[in-house]
Amino acid sequence: MPRIIIDQKRCKGCLLCIGFCPKGSIAIDKKLNAKGVRPVKFKNNADCLGCAMCAVMCPDCCIEVYK
Amino acid sequence: MKQIFTHPKSLRKISTHYCPGCGHGIAHRLISEVVDELKIREKVVGVAPVGCAVVAYDYWDFDCCEAAHGRALAVATGIKRSRPDIVVFTYQGDGDLAAIGTNETLHAANRGENLTVIFINNAVYGMTGGQMAPTTLLGQKTATTPLGRDSKLQGYPLRISEILAQLPAVRYIERVALSSPKEVLKARGAIKEAFQNQIDHLGFSLVEILSPCPTYWGLSPKAAMDWIRDVMVKEFPLGRIK
Amino acid sequence: MLKKILMSGNEALAEGAIQAGCSFYAGYPITPQNEIPAYMARRMPEAKGVFIQAESELAAINMVFGASAAGVRAMTSSSSPGISLKQEGISYLAGAQLPCVVVNMMRGGPGLGNIAPAQSDYFQATRGGGHGDYHCIVLAPAYVQEAYDLMFKAFDLADNYWMPVIILGDGCLGQMMEPVLTQNAKRKTKNAKKPWALTGCKDRIPNVVKSFYLREGDLERFNLLLQNKYRQVQQKEQLYEGAFLDDAKIILIAYGTMARVAKSVVDRLRQKGKKIGLIRPISLWPFPKKAFTQYTRRNTQYLVIEMSYGQMLEDVELAVNGKAPVEFLGRSGGGIPTEKEIMDKIKKISG
Repeated sequence: MPRIIIDQKRCKGCLLCIGFCPKGSIAIDKKLNAKGVRPVKFKNNADCLGCAMCAVMCPDCCIEVYK
Repeated sequence: MKQIFTHPKSLRKISTHYCPGCGHGIAHRLISEVVDELKIREKVVGVAPVGCAVVAYDYWDFDCCEAAHGRALAVATGIKRSRPDIVVFTYQGDGDLAAIGTNETLHAANRGENLTVIFINNAVYGMTGGQMAPTTLLGQKTATTPLGRDSKLQGYPLRISEILAQLPAVRYIERVALSSPKEVLKARGAIKEAFQNQIDHLGFSLVEILSPCPTYWGLSPKAAMDWIRDVMVKEFPLGRIK
Repeated sequence: MLKKILMSGNEALAEGAIQAGCSFYAGYPITPQNEIPAYMARRMPEAKGVFIQAESELAAINMVFGASAAGVRAMTSSSSPGISLKQEGISYLAGAQLPCVVVNMMRGGPGLGNIAPAQSDYFQATRGGGHGDYHCIVLAPAYVQEAYDLMFKAFDLADNYWMPVIILGDGCLGQMMEPVLTQNAKRKTKNAKKPWALTGCKDRIPNVVKSFYLREGDLERFNLLLQNKYRQVQQKEQLYEGAFLDDAKIILIAYGTMARVAKSVVDRLRQKGKKIGLIRPISLWPFPKKAFTQYTRRNTQYLVIEMSYGQMLEDVELAVNGKAPVEFLGRSGGGIPTEKEIMDKIKKISG
């Protein structure tokens, strides 16, 4: 089942990944990271296609994609 | 299960100073991906601009050089002509390439220098606080066009790529955007072609990349991407120009 | 009618220029003076003047050359690396005897440096900077109010002597905000007393604005004319402020933001009964040599304090001419000498 790993330390909360994910598999986390930002988190649902659109759009290269 | 998307090796895995949603992060990564794919990390030299990407050399894990504002193509000419085996690219914003550096840009192109030019067009001067750029759109409000760009006072957005395309010594010019995954992948292809051209001694190759500046456009990162798709490309059409 | 407004140094310089009748501004973004073009972008059209964001600092100074040649009060602003770009243009302005005001909000250098304040462009401003035997008048405000007030003086001096006037500030002064009493001074008309201006040669012999003298002997004669002018400026336009000089044994010399720190030290040490004073040059060219002629006594010790590694120091040494010891304390690259560092140095030199 495809999945992604998000580096929450370097996430700046720009939310481009959420904006382009076709399956709504990414959400804003409730906690804060050291930047004072709410990073995004992978919902870990079965919907992830492994399309990597999130990783392609992430300006901080925080996402690894496994398929 | 295998990893199908990784952090490129020649991009340092550190937090950048760029704003959330800034296009520089994507553009830096695409260059690193291409450098890795073409296996040129150990013979590439990047010339950094003055602008938000002034410290691009902190993020790329290969040789880099600074240049005074606008002079990157002169500096790159110096490097490339002294060491033709090095792959030299410049990474410049709209002020660097098309305002203060217009003369250096025009003449490097006219001489047909065998260089790769990555031109980040975000229609504004980010680093210094959001002033007008040569590519600022008509009506766009900036720190120095508080009432919106007026063609009678500030002229029209400059399509430098179309101007350079008229020069006989220019080999390749393409305009791309970072506004969606499909466009980002097209941008990657253009960057790869621009680098490959240099390796194959084919001459001056420039990729203009329409890039978001959420901070000085006053838009969220996603809205900024949509602004490129809906508004900016009407002024700066995508596609191969030469 | 006077109005009191809280302004940043950058804004005060811009507003002062407009009130002084400046009707042409050309500039380019560079930190830490971006507030000046941004302010001018909004204010110049209101004041029926011209604002233009040029394609580079080099272009901007040449636009000023044109505007000044046309007889209007013209200015540009930048910061250290951008001022380096303007040097050719400034030499041309001096050589063509054109008035203008150039504002330099100094930052750390050399090269791209950083955006912190510095005083490392003193040599550049006072020793030419560009090529040839020329000088610019150089004025150094230390307070936001003074930045505003000096713009009136700057434009008047420029018009009076037909030469560029440089305002030497720094990033600290540019960013800090202080109340400013503004004045609605009557604006000078566009080419008042400028018979040489290029206004179209109707009813007069054509004017030429140039700095080029090819014929044998002409350039030397022209240079002698310039030197004569500069002598007059040196005699008449020395400007400084003194504090506690009548009985001072140790005299601090500092200008601009640095003088504010030095003044704090002087105030503090005077409270403890120390005989310490301050000379604050306001004109850096012409350098206020007369202050040193007046205040150098038998036991005087001088301490020059700069955000540089010793630039104004040389002018002080020349003015003192060996008659008293001259010590130095300086930091640069964005570092600012602190009150404690100054007091430690004073302790050291006073034995």
